Amino acid sequence: MRTSTSRTRAILAPVIFGLAVLVIWQVAVVVLGIKPYVLPSPINIGGQFTKAFDTVWAGTRVTGFNALIGLILGAVTGIIAAIISALARVFDEIGLPVITAASVVPIVALAPVLYTMFGAGAETARQLIAALAVFIPVYVNSLRGLRQVKPVHRDLMRAYAVSSWQVTRTVTLPGAVPFIFTGLRIASSLAVISALIAEYFGGPIDGLAKSITSAASYSNYTLAYAFVLGAILLGLVFYMVTLALEKLATRHRPSLS
Amino acid sequence: MRSSDVAVMAAGSTATAVDVVGATKIFTVAKGAQVIALDTIDLSVAPGEFVSLIGPSGCGKSTLLRLIADLDQPTTGSVTVFGKSARQARVDQDYGIAFQQAGLLPWRTVAGNIELPLELHGTGKTARKARAAELLELVGLTDFADRYPEQLSGGMQQRVAIARSLAESPKLLLMDEPFGALDEMTRERMQNELVRICAETGAAVVFVTHSIPEAVFLSDRVVVMSPRPGRIVDVIPVALGAAEDRDDDLREAVGFFAAVSAVREALHGTPAGGAAGASAARGVETR
Ligand SMILES: Nc1ncnc2c1ncn2[C@@H]1O[C@H](COP(=O)(O)OP(=O)(O)OP(=O)(O)O)[C@@H](O)[C@H]1O
Ligand SMILES: [Mg+2]
Repeated sequence: MRTSTSRTRAILAPVIFGLAVLVIWQVAVVVLGIKPYVLPSPINIGGQFTKAFDTVWAGTRVTGFNALIGLILGAVTGIIAAIISALARVFDEIGLPVITAASVVPIVALAPVLYTMFGAGAETARQLIAALAVFIPVYVNSLRGLRQVKPVHRDLMRAYAVSSWQVTRTVTLPGAVPFIFTGLRIASSLAVISALIAEYFGGPIDGLAKSITSAASYSNYTLAYAFVLGAILLGLVFYMVTLALEKLATRHRPSLS
Repeated sequence: MRSSDVAVMAAGSTATAVDVVGATKIFTVAKGAQVIALDTIDLSVAPGEFVSLIGPSGCGKSTLLRLIADLDQPTTGSVTVFGKSARQARVDQDYGIAFQQAGLLPWRTVAGNIELPLELHGTGKTARKARAAELLELVGLTDFADRYPEQLSGGMQQRVAIARSLAESPKLLLMDEPFGALDEMTRERMQNELVRICAETGAAVVFVTHSIPEAVFLSDRVVVMSPRPGRIVDVIPVALGAAEDRDDDLREAVGFFAAVSAVREALHGTPAGGAAGASAARGVETR
């Protein structure tokens, strides 16, 4: 009972807040007579979004696909690298400082270099940038999770005298799943953001970010905002899907908070 | 069952189940301070024999069990299990173990947890399922086979852990307060079951407990320990009769009470250098 009401409240509160913001925004634009090139009203953006839905959808598909490839690539390599680090102490000692150093490098700064590397006509550079951005939180969180083996489980596996790969497979990795998903949840938003921003540095002109720039340069600000809305929805979908997967994967565990 | 008994007897003629000789365990804690957890322990357990370790908290019962299980190594002295080094015995999977905590894997079902050692050691799927069903029946959790540990009470989780320790029918069982979390009724039922299992499989048991009646009911011998440093102060032979005759009537037998007070005396009696504590404890004895 109590949990179901608190869950309803947890969903309802942000929805009400969001609606209130939209209403205030709409009222402000109308009452204050704000010009569309400064800020279009939500109703205008919504109208433009439905009218130009096919174009927005096309852009969303391109950017979304780049983000997805980046997310999968970065997550798989991040998890594998974390497993290797956890198994081999040597890698671990070099690994974490290097990764920590890498995490302060703004990865999109690599975009121009990567475009020259893979050719400006290909999406590869964008996918790689998304993958690099994803790799770091997935690696760091997975490694943290892989280190959290309970002493009683460690004793049990030692008593069973099994190989370290068997320990990883049966205890360490499943135990790290909640941590891996924490990393993935952060990474899912980063994948979309990185794929978007990478578009600003060059490459093909079919993605969402490129569409935002070109709509703005033609002074079609409402259309630009319609693309922005597409980008927001894309980010939300990525986040929600990882969150749903996380809930599914960790449903039998006492909550980790 | 008879054939396995014979096998145990045969093994017994050549090697004891557990042989601890002059084992000392010193832990170095923060700032180089040392804790003498065990001080020259000598203990030998025959095949099929049931030995309980009893003593106040911190006297090194778990530590001694861990040395036998090769989860820790003695600082000095030696531990032999079935005539081999403790390490070799662990590699050969000569013992089953149940810890103070259940230590189930939360992402596996109850049946999946019981099957874990079988799975890790390459037992086929059908054999695993059959064995798990057998053990679930034994610990009275057949209806919970497909539940997850978080859906079980602490006592039920502990029963799953006991079932898991029995999965590979080990010749030696190491149990660290396995019944500590159970209610009195379940506890007595599990005790009866354990006596039966030991009689059937001929397994030797090293059993840590805080309960004097439990130690007396289950054991052939009760080893009484004292803390700081952890020492064996007395070994009390109980031998209340063959396993088949140990039932609930025994809990009311005269011999049972005699053994209980013998253990109690050993526990509260004068250990080396502990006179003050002993005189205070004497009063308790007369209850
Ligand atoms: N890993 C360790 N590091 C340092 N000291 C330890 C370690 N393990 C045990 N000790 C110390 O060794 C002593 C014996 O501990 P042990 O766990 O064997 O006691 P116990 O008899 O099992 O107690 P309890 O009945 O409370 O379980 C204690 O003083 C404890 O603090
Ligand atoms: Mg203990």
